[in-house]
Amino acid sequence: MNQRLRIVGLYLVGFASLFVIWHVTAAWIVQSVLFPTPGRVILKAIELARDGTLWEETSASLGRIAAGFAGGSAIGIPLGLAIGSFPTVRRLLEPYTEFLRFIPATAMITVAVIWFGIGEGSKIFLIIYTTVFIVIINTAAGVSAVAPNKIRAARSLGASSAQVFFFVALPATVPYILTGMRLAMANSFVTIIAAELVAANNGLGRMIWDSRLYMLIDQIFVALLVLGLLGFTADRLFRWGIYAFAGRFAPVT
Amino acid sequence: MALVQLEKVSKVYRSLKGGDYTAVRDFSLDIQPGEFFCLLGTSGCGKTTVLNMVAGFEPASAGIISISGRPIGGPAADRGVVFQGDDSLYGWLTAMGNIEFGLRMRGVAAAERRRKAQHYLELVGLKGQNDKHPTELSGGMKQRIQIARVLANEPQMLLMDEPFAALDAHTRADMQRELKRICASTNKTVLFITHDIDEAIILADRIGVMHAGPASKLKGIVEVKLSEAERERTHDRFVAVYRQVHEMIRDEVALSLKRAQ
Repeated sequence: MNQRLRIVGLYLVGFASLFVIWHVTAAWIVQSVLFPTPGRVILKAIELARDGTLWEETSASLGRIAAGFAGGSAIGIPLGLAIGSFPTVRRLLEPYTEFLRFIPATAMITVAVIWFGIGEGSKIFLIIYTTVFIVIINTAAGVSAVAPNKIRAARSLGASSAQVFFFVALPATVPYILTGMRLAMANSFVTIIAAELVAANNGLGRMIWDSRLYMLIDQIFVALLVLGLLGFTADRLFRWGIYAFAGRFAPVT
Repeated sequence: MALVQLEKVSKVYRSLKGGDYTAVRDFSLDIQPGEFFCLLGTSGCGKTTVLNMVAGFEPASAGIISISGRPIGGPAADRGVVFQGDDSLYGWLTAMGNIEFGLRMRGVAAAERRRKAQHYLELVGLKGQNDKHPTELSGGMKQRIQIARVLANEPQMLLMDEPFAALDAHTRADMQRELKRICASTNKTVLFITHDIDEAIILADRIGVMHAGPASKLKGIVEVKLSEAERERTHDRFVAVYRQVHEMIRDEVALSLKRAQ
């Protein structure tokens, strides 16, 4: 328990120092209207939270991330399993994964907007795009990393090929799948902001862009602060979820 | 009739560059039902290759391997395998889950497989460890799970590939004693691979000594007609058998060292 308190305490000190340094820099070193203090940003955040704007923009971005992330994982996991299990599938699909994963989602924004418009379609497409390859590659790597003796043992205990897949290969791959999803989650945050900066009706990215037009520096910082907090929380929740529900699969986080 | 028969079995590994490697050539061996057979050889002599072929993990390049008179296909539940390391255990399952794995795969009803798994879990001395995951257990205990997992599946024979080689000396001696006891009480046929002469004499009814690789086969078979009391490293008759086996394997060790250079 003491160990836990120590860890939480160090975390809090770390976070507090971030705000202290920010405050010192903004209030005494830079002293510019272009760099607000954390106090002003927090006041602005409270104001935006009161009138509902903050929630509206945040939930718009989060909804897109959730939809795209779920979609990308739903496509990526089975494909990754197939690539990892069958050399034929690997050779057929590798040109796609190895070619497309080097074209960043941000480079696809324009194309996505042309194809799917500035609404939800293009955003969800981009999040799926940014998620799917990381999940595929990690899942496939996980399947190939299953110890051959695990499979041999199962065969000589009487398991059929299908049973080997569902009861050995799949559970042995879970930690890799989860790690892939966690990395994809971080990418989703990057992509959604870039996509909303370019073209969107709402969302944190658009909030930043609009604030820039009207020189609402405080508001830009509110969006940045929220992004940091959301990313941090999402990652913690994911890790917590991995340990709570899949700890027995020995996750590699 | 012999339970396992290997008739002039050869195994050739084809390398990508062309040059073939013959691991074993014209290897013949009969193992009787209920017998504990140790296959003893220097490293690289192809003893694991023989086990992998009997297990059905690798097909023989030539010759016939049959069990109860029928040629074997791939791996099957009649031949349970205990591996050297612990990487064959399922880390996401408990000790109990690992032990009942084979029964679950073969559709044995839950209550029945619980009962059986519990029986073998206790037989190997893991009572009370039901809900532990492999990572929470020591090396010796993990090997016990492997043995129980195979026994619970009630195979016709056990194939053991240096199962105690990675354990410390005390745990190894302990496990050898346990294995003797378990085999005596279950009357299993065992093919046991080892490079340790002491281990072979402690465990085996017969010891098959292999030539040094490549293209290896059996050099000879030593019958270990020792009582339990005589299977002590310091006993005169133990030492006599040791000398006999050592005499056979000494030149092969020298040969394999020379070839490795």
